[in-house]
Amino acid sequence: MTKSSAHKFWGGIKAGLPVAIGYIPIAIAFGLLSKALGIPNYISALMSLIIYAGASQFIGVNLLVAGASFGEIIIATFLLNLRHFLMTGTLSQRLEENVSGPWRALLAFGVTDETFSISALNKEETLSKHFILGLNTIAFAAWNAGTWLGLFVATGLPEVVKASMGIALYAMFIGLLVPHIKKEKPALVVSVLAVFINSASYYLSIMFGFSGGWGIIIATVASAAIGAHIFAKGGEQA
Amino acid sequence: MNIVYLIAAMALVTYIPRMLPMVLLKNVSLPAYIRRFMGFIPYAALGALIFPGVLTSAGTGGIESAVAGALLAAVLAWFEFNLILVVLGGIAGTFLMNMMLI
Repeated sequence: MTKSSAHKFWGGIKAGLPVAIGYIPIAIAFGLLSKALGIPNYISALMSLIIYAGASQFIGVNLLVAGASFGEIIIATFLLNLRHFLMTGTLSQRLEENVSGPWRALLAFGVTDETFSISALNKEETLSKHFILGLNTIAFAAWNAGTWLGLFVATGLPEVVKASMGIALYAMFIGLLVPHIKKEKPALVVSVLAVFINSASYYLSIMFGFSGGWGIIIATVASAAIGAHIFAKGGEQA
Repeated sequence: MNIVYLIAAMALVTYIPRMLPMVLLKNVSLPAYIRRFMGFIPYAALGALIFPGVLTSAGTGGIESAVAGALLAAVLAWFEFNLILVVLGGIAGTFLMNMMLI
């Protein structure tokens, strides 16, 4: 790496610290849950290593223990992660020019709700591949370290501590969103729309018993599309 | 051994939606409407990710603890504190409420 690419990589690591802080407790919770459900440790560790998607892993182990078929688990995982399609589509347009296919394929592995939010709300118009690599690396390391802590170390944590960790990622989402909606009306309108659409689909899914996996995707697509319509001018800034 | 295949399949269906747009949209220049749409994706996704999921994020702590953490995080975020402080503040808010409730 040249000096400036190393500099960008470290920039990515630094930008990823809040994600890492949020991931460790959630991954610990995953390790604890998975262990409590009787999933073998090597399976839980493998999940964090190659699936690397929090919600899918939680739902995966729960479905596994509930006796769901492999087909059901795979479809649920697919639906749950379909939203990343929108995220990597968005990032693909912000990535600096001349990033090769293999590099893109590597960077795509590390795209999560959290690393996406950090990248997409970054002030730079084009994103450096080294920045994203640094961001992805620290987030991935934290997720796996947390999983191991949950599997092998954290069993004795008091309930009050465990119950206080789940807020971490939501606090991060709030921390990313609030400064923007304070200043940019289009961002405010779009995110409030998404909250309403997602809440509606969440409660409808409970009432009518269909899968809630679509809610976040529908809410994201619909509110971004409405935003793109009503803010035809001046909504260009990301 | 069987379960390893399941994990591998889960990894595949997680990776494919992440990878395809990133690789296929290389050097594709999209129309203005789509670019505007994509510009709004972060705000739309964050809104949908936060609510109503945040309400159940405190587990046995219940909604009160989650709301306490979320409100403290929102106040810190409003004053644009560093993101790490916002995350720690959110945990602290939920923890304090949990101490009273659990």
